[in-house]
Amino acid sequence: MGESTLSATVTVANRQGLHLRPADLFVKTAKQFDAQIEVVKDALRVDGKSILDITTLGAAQGTQLAIIAIGEDAQAALDALVELIEQRLPQDDHEPVE
Amino acid sequence: MKFADFVNEEAIRPDLGASDKESAIREMVEALVAAGQLAEDACESIISAILKREELGSTGIGRGIAVPHTKHPSVERLVGTVAISQSGVEFNSLDGEPVALFILLISPPDRPGDHLRALENISRQLRDETFCRFLRQSKSVEDVKTLLEEADNNQFAS
Repeated sequence: MGESTLSATVTVANRQGLHLRPADLFVKTAKQFDAQIEVVKDALRVDGKSILDITTLGAAQGTQLAIIAIGEDAQAALDALVELIEQRLPQDDHEPVE
Repeated sequence: MKFADFVNEEAIRPDLGASDKESAIREMVEALVAAGQLAEDACESIISAILKREELGSTGIGRGIAVPHTKHPSVERLVGTVAISQSGVEFNSLDGEPVALFILLISPPDRPGDHLRALENISRQLRDETFCRFLRQSKSVEDVKTLLEEADNNQFAS
């Protein structure tokens, strides 16, 4: 057992980008894990468990982000967050989540 | 995108009377109608669209802050306002706390970029404790206006 630091690069897939609701969903997912989560866009590096931090990125569709996970469950956290960003975010703000 | 690009001064409400979610949203939308920023006949439709968005998850994101919003075909550009509740509004916030600071946004459909850039700016400012404290302490439209101008000039968050 040990702390691991892992990272993955993702491309924002949903048309509306990481606005408030995707940020909320991202944070809810991140908080299911103990790992510390950070999200990096260019020179900005923010807390992946804070909605306001995520929306500060202004990440539109097509933006590349790095997600960094630090902790024992880093791999599981990373897998869940990558899947969320690339596949599970609703396209439209008024669309329910599956 | 700066506050000055979407906040209409005449619609700023430094002392919301509402104590529940629907009345607070109604008060802000009606303020925008009164300021000539929204069409009067679109008012009810906008209010229900904002409430519908709230049903998917509260825009009360914690720390006494809410960003209620919707897209609506009656606007041609991003329109918004800032409101403060001195007593706090029950908003089903993510942290369960009442909301004191509101930033309401109505965007044209198919302009997700503008909404995203406004949200980026709003988030950067609201992340700053000093900005939030000063906004809570604002007692007049003039106070709020001055504070937003200072924020636009990058006097708070970097």
